[in-house]
Amino acid sequence: MLGFVLKRLVGLIPVIAVVSIVVFLLLRLSPGDPAVVIAGDNADAATIERIRASLGLDQPLINQFFIWIGSLLRGDMGMSIFSNIPVTQLIFQRIEPTASLALTTLIFSLLIAIPLGTIAGATAGSWLDRSLMLVSVLGFSIPAFVLGYCLIYIFSLQLKLLPVQGFVSIRQGIGPFISSIALPTMTLGLAYLVLIARITRASVLEMMGEDFIRTARAKGVKERLVVTRHALRNSAIPILTVIGIGVALLISGVVVIETVFNIPGVGRLVVDAILKRDYPVIQGVILMFSAVYVLVNLAIDIGYAFLDPRVRY
Amino acid sequence: MGTLANASPASVPMFRRLRPFLGNPAILIGGILVLTIILAAIWAPLLGTIDPTRIAPGMRLKPPSQIAWFGTDLFGRDVYSRAVYGARSSILIGLSVAGCALTAGVMVGLVTGYFRWADAIIMRVMDGLMAIPTFLLAIALVSLTRASIATVIVALTIPEIPRVVRLVRSVVLTVREEPFVEAAISVGTSTPKILLRHILPSTQAPLMVLGTYICASAILIEAGLSFLGTGLPPEIPSWGNMISEGRTFFQVAPRLVFLPSFFLALTVLGINLLGDGLRDTLDPRIAKRM
Repeated sequence: MLGFVLKRLVGLIPVIAVVSIVVFLLLRLSPGDPAVVIAGDNADAATIERIRASLGLDQPLINQFFIWIGSLLRGDMGMSIFSNIPVTQLIFQRIEPTASLALTTLIFSLLIAIPLGTIAGATAGSWLDRSLMLVSVLGFSIPAFVLGYCLIYIFSLQLKLLPVQGFVSIRQGIGPFISSIALPTMTLGLAYLVLIARITRASVLEMMGEDFIRTARAKGVKERLVVTRHALRNSAIPILTVIGIGVALLISGVVVIETVFNIPGVGRLVVDAILKRDYPVIQGVILMFSAVYVLVNLAIDIGYAFLDPRVRY
Repeated sequence: MGTLANASPASVPMFRRLRPFLGNPAILIGGILVLTIILAAIWAPLLGTIDPTRIAPGMRLKPPSQIAWFGTDLFGRDVYSRAVYGARSSILIGLSVAGCALTAGVMVGLVTGYFRWADAIIMRVMDGLMAIPTFLLAIALVSLTRASIATVIVALTIPEIPRVVRLVRSVVLTVREEPFVEAAISVGTSTPKILLRHILPSTQAPLMVLGTYICASAILIEAGLSFLGTGLPPEIPSWGNMISEGRTFFQVAPRLVFLPSFFLALTVLGINLLGDGLRDTLDPRIAKRM
């Protein structure tokens, strides 16, 4: 088991290396000289030169890369060009709304997608199965921000049930938290939910044709248990894989949804940074999201080995 | 039998080849939707539209009327005309991104799958690129340069390439071991010819399917970028731009958001249906590769 985990960790090194090179080049290829931007409009040549030296911009590119990696490893992502606050601090200030939204979306999607997909797969061809397939095509085609506006229109403007926009922290009470996060969660969750429901349906359907299902039925296991204990359980690996891959969908969604619902999270931070061309912040957020994505998928990879010992070999 | 014999020789096999495709409801509905949108994009000037960029300060935020079917926006521009012309940007971007990503991905994928030395290096780079969420990579690439249709196309193409490379590589790895490739090698066929003549055709069906998905995803991402104000320049009529401008007035004039959203969702739905239908008709095994 330890060997398996170590092998997976070593396999991550090239991925992390490529991600960091791409993100590093993104900053260095950006038009404009960061030193000039930081120094401001009225700076003389000597000041700019001093700032350039202090940022290490006078060094060869390859040295700059290793200096940058070195400070990253110490947890230093540089300073925001505009607010002069360390990027790590900016991200920490904004992480709570984003993390809350990601967590509620995950819970919401899994609670609906897995039972729905399982029933659809076990009753393939039924009206429920057909409607799921129809909804799933729609779910992939409606952009998250469009869905967000539709939900705001129905639940906030017409029915006046929920607030239009904004975020309330869970520390200010569970009720206000849920009513502020309900619409963003549904909006962000639809595509993810549909993705997981589809793969659950497909793998449960595939399992239902297996010999061990026939054996279970023959020995008199109740149909409900045949589906949950035997078909669903054996579908765990493809479902987990898609849950991991789908995290990329959630990350892309968060960036847009936070703007739709005016949530002050990391997604909003990166959009503002892009509009202001605050490259260190863009870099920091991309690195953070990529790290989350890679780590989630690593955890899922290791999870396989626990679920199914065959994976280890 | 008699009618078949009288039909022109070219049309009969053509019809036979198309029949399984037209019999699939997803392809039929998706195809009609996509065709309608493409024709609307081409014939936009003929569909009762006016210049989508014409600003009329006296006509700001007017409700729907005989002159402006869906009202006017903040600058007095005709919302209906902008939505129809918006199809042009989306279709152009969707098709270009799919074309560029497929071309680049096929070239890299063929080399990666066929030459073992290239495989390790290129696939690590692709894994790395795939670890950066598509939307973020696109948004960061766009932020490097001035927004224009060309930069948006490039920025959307780069994150899609790894998906194509992985698909082509997986096909090449299977086909490479087939007897006909072995036979081609043994009679001394040159490597480029083996790749293009013998291996490339096997990638055609899965690439058609992947191409439709890339096209749909590019249209969605462009709309997302424009919605955030980081995509196409605001004067270009595009659905994302319209939704972005309309959202400020969402509570007073939701139609400014809903009309372009409707077109956008319909287009993507059509392309996705087409892709799903093609996948099921061409080869059900394709789903496993993607």
